[in-house]
Amino acid sequence: MKLAQYKNNFGKLQSLIALFILCIVFAVLSDKFFTVANGLNVMRQISVNICIAVGMTLVIITAGIDLSVGSVLALCGAVTAGLLKNGIALHSFNLFIGFTILGAILAGVIVGALLGFFNGLAITKFKVPPFVATLAMLTIARGLTMLYSNGFPISSFDASFTFIGGGWLLGLPVPVWIAALIVVAAIIVTKKIKLGRYIFAIGGNENAAKLSGININRVKIIVYTIAGALAAVGGIVVTARLDSAQPNAGTSYELDAIAAVVIGGTSLSGGRGSIWGTVLGALIIGVLNNGLVLLDVSPFWQQVVKGGVILLAVIIDKMNTKNE
Amino acid sequence: MLITKNITKKFPGVTALENVNLQIDAGRVTAIIGENGAGKSTLMKILSGVYTDYEGQIFFKDKPIRFNGTADAQDAGIAIIHQELNLIPYLSITENIFLGRELVNAFGLLDKKAMHAKATSLLQTLCVDVEPNTIVADLKVGQQQMVEIAKALLLDADLIIMDEPTSAITESEVATLFKVIEQLRTKNKAIVYISHKLNELFKIADNYIVLRDGKTIESGKMHAIGHDDLIQKMVGREIKPMQKDFTNNRTSVLLKLENICLKQRNKADKLHNISFEVKAGEIVGIFGLMGAGRTELLETIFGLHPRLCSGNIYINNKKITINKPIDAIEGGIALLPEDRKKDGLVLNMEVKKNISLPCLEEVEVMGLLNDKKETALAKKHIQQLGIKTPSENQVTKNLSGGNQQKIVLAKWLERDPKVLLLDEPTRGIDVNAKNEMYKLMQDLVSKGMGIIMVSSELTEILTVSNRILVMAEGRITAEINAADATEDNVLKAAISIN
Repeated sequence: MKLAQYKNNFGKLQSLIALFILCIVFAVLSDKFFTVANGLNVMRQISVNICIAVGMTLVIITAGIDLSVGSVLALCGAVTAGLLKNGIALHSFNLFIGFTILGAILAGVIVGALLGFFNGLAITKFKVPPFVATLAMLTIARGLTMLYSNGFPISSFDASFTFIGGGWLLGLPVPVWIAALIVVAAIIVTKKIKLGRYIFAIGGNENAAKLSGININRVKIIVYTIAGALAAVGGIVVTARLDSAQPNAGTSYELDAIAAVVIGGTSLSGGRGSIWGTVLGALIIGVLNNGLVLLDVSPFWQQVVKGGVILLAVIIDKMNTKNE
Repeated sequence: MLITKNITKKFPGVTALENVNLQIDAGRVTAIIGENGAGKSTLMKILSGVYTDYEGQIFFKDKPIRFNGTADAQDAGIAIIHQELNLIPYLSITENIFLGRELVNAFGLLDKKAMHAKATSLLQTLCVDVEPNTIVADLKVGQQQMVEIAKALLLDADLIIMDEPTSAITESEVATLFKVIEQLRTKNKAIVYISHKLNELFKIADNYIVLRDGKTIESGKMHAIGHDDLIQKMVGREIKPMQKDFTNNRTSVLLKLENICLKQRNKADKLHNISFEVKAGEIVGIFGLMGAGRTELLETIFGLHPRLCSGNIYINNKKITINKPIDAIEGGIALLPEDRKKDGLVLNMEVKKNISLPCLEEVEVMGLLNDKKETALAKKHIQQLGIKTPSENQVTKNLSGGNQQKIVLAKWLERDPKVLLLDEPTRGIDVNAKNEMYKLMQDLVSKGMGIIMVSSELTEILTVSNRILVMAEGRITAEINAADATEDNVLKAAISIN
C-alpha cells in the first residue's frame, strides 16, 4: 500500500479501535448497552450531529470554521415550524400563504443556505476571519430565532411531519437515513468531484490554489452555504423529533460538531481530513454520551470526560503527523 | 576560531551536506563560495543554531559545541545576517535591533533612552542616515539590510556570518559595509562572507572555501587563486556557454505590455510604465536587485493586483483584461512563483493531484473525477519532464526541490500556455537539476513558447536569456541583447538609479 494512503488509513484505524474499546468497556459495564434497541438509539441521537458535522468538515478542510451552525439550526427549525403552523399572513393585503410540508422544509433549508451564503460573503468579499464572521452569525441567527418565535416554542404538527424525526423506514430511524444520505453525498463531493479537490487544495495551500486559477472565493462561499443548509436539515430533524421548535435549540451544537470533526482526524489548519473520520468521531462522542448515561455518571463528569477525549484525540493525531 | 568535522545533514530526498570539514580563523574574512544549492545556507543554518539535527562535530574556540537553538549560538558568540531579512516590519529600527536583548533599567522597565542612543551610534557606524524611531516597514530594502547588520554588530559576536549581505544594497552602502568589515577584522573577529559576487570576494576576503553539491571541494588563500579557477571549482567543470541563438529574427509577438504601473498604498509606486514584448521562441531574462519590482511585475501580469495596476496587456496582438489568475491562465499565461513551497504547490497533496489541479476538467468523466485519467495525465508529465518520484501517489513535500519545481511546471504544460512566467526557477535546486531546467526551458521555446525569467543569479540570466531586461526601483533601466551582455553592464544597470 502506498505510504500516504497507509498513513491516512492508520489515522482512521485509530478512531475505529478507540470506538471498539469504548463499546467493549460499556458492554462489560452495562447490560443495557449492547442491544439492538440501544444501538439504534445512539444512531438516532448522533444523526443530527452528523448532519452538522459533515458541513463542518468541509468548512474545516478549507482551514475555516463555522460557529453559527447551532443558531442557524434553531432559526431554520423555527422557520419551518412557523410556516407549517401559521404560513405567511400578510394582514394588510388580506393575504394568507399556506405551506405544505415539503414547501416548509424547502423554505427552512433555503434560509439555512442563505445564512451560510452570508457567512461566506463576509469571509471572502469582506475578508472577515471565519471565526469572527460566524461568531457574529451565531448571535444574529439566535436573535432572529427569538424575534420570529417571540421566544416561545412552536409545537404540535401533523404526524407526517414528525415522521421525519421519529419515524422508521426499513428498520432504521428516518434521521439515520437522512444522515446516511448526507454522508454518501459528502463522500462523493470530497472524493469524486472538482469542488472537493478544490476544498482540499485551498486548505492545503491557498496561495497555490489561487495561482492555479481556482476561484477561491466561490469555493469558500459554496462550502459555507452547504454548511448552513446542512445545519437547517439538522434543525428540521430536531423540530420533527421533538414535535416542537424550541428557540433555544442547538445551543452549543457547533462544539459537538467541531469535536466530531477533530476526533475524526481532520486538521483544524486545513487541507487534511475525511467525512468517514467525522462519522467515526460523531459515533465516538455518541457512544460516550450514551454509555455514560447508562452508567449513571453525573452529567458534570460526562462533560469532563468528553473534553478529555477530544484533547486526547488531537494529541495522538499531532504525534502521528509530527513524524512525517 | 571555528572548525567543523564531517558535518552531514540530510533532508528527505536530498543530502544537503556531506562530510563538510572547514576551518575559520579569527581576524580573517573567509569567503564561502558555491552555487545555489551547494549547501552554503544549510551550513550557515547549522553554525547559527537554526538546524540542530546534524551529524558531525563543531569546535568553536577549541571547544566542542552543539547548539540547541539560535539563542544558544548567539550566547556563544556567533551572529548571522540572513539572506532573507528577519525584521519585524511594524516595529521601529531600535526595537528591531534590540529584539530579545532589550535593555532594562533598575525597575525592570525598558530603558528606551539607552537603547535609542546605542541604536543611533550603530546606525552612524553604518552611515545610515535615518532616525532610529523609524518604522522598519518604511525603510528601503537596502536600509533594512543595514539594520539587519546593525543587529549583528550589537551582539558583539566573535564570529559573524554574512549571507549575501550586498544583494540588496547600493554601491556606496557596499563601501560602508566593507569599511565596517575591516574594523571587525582588526578587532580580531572572524567573518564568514557568502556572496555570489566574486569581484566583491576578491576585494574583501582573505581565505576561501569552495562548496559543491554539499561537499567541501577546496580551501585556500584568496590572493593565490584566479577568477576563472574559482568559478571552475565552484561549478566542477569549465563553463561552456549554452548553445544559444543570438539572432534577433523572431517576429511573432506573443505578449506585449504597455505602460504597466502598479501603485502601492501610502508608498511610492512599485512599477512605473513598464513596456516590453515577448516573442515566440524567446527567453527574456529580467534581472534586478531585491526590491526592484521583478516579482511584482510577474504578479501583475498574472492578475494578482487587479485593483492597483494600470496599463495594457496584449496576447497575440489582442488586448486582454486580466483581473484574476484564471483570466491570465485562459489567455495562455502561466506562472511559476518565486516560492514554490509557499505559492506553487500543495505540499501535503500527492504529486498527481498537484499536477492536475489547474486542469481538473480534463480528468473528469461525466462530472466525476476519474482516477485512471488523472494517473495517466500525471504519469505522462512525470515521464516527459523526468520527475524523479517513486510514484505519482507520493506526497509532494517528500521530493527534492528540483523535482518539486518540475511539478509546478508540469501543472501548466497540460494547459499548453503561450507565455511562461518563471520567477527564480532554479532557486535552491542543485546544479544538475538546474541544467535540466534550462534544457526544458529551451525545449519549450523551441516549440514556440515565450518565456519571461526573473532571476537574481547573474550567471543564470547571462547563460539562459536571449534578451535581458534590467529593472531597478520599479523601472526598466536597460534592455541588452544576449550577445552584448556582460556581468558589468547588467549589474550597472541594476544599481544605476538616482
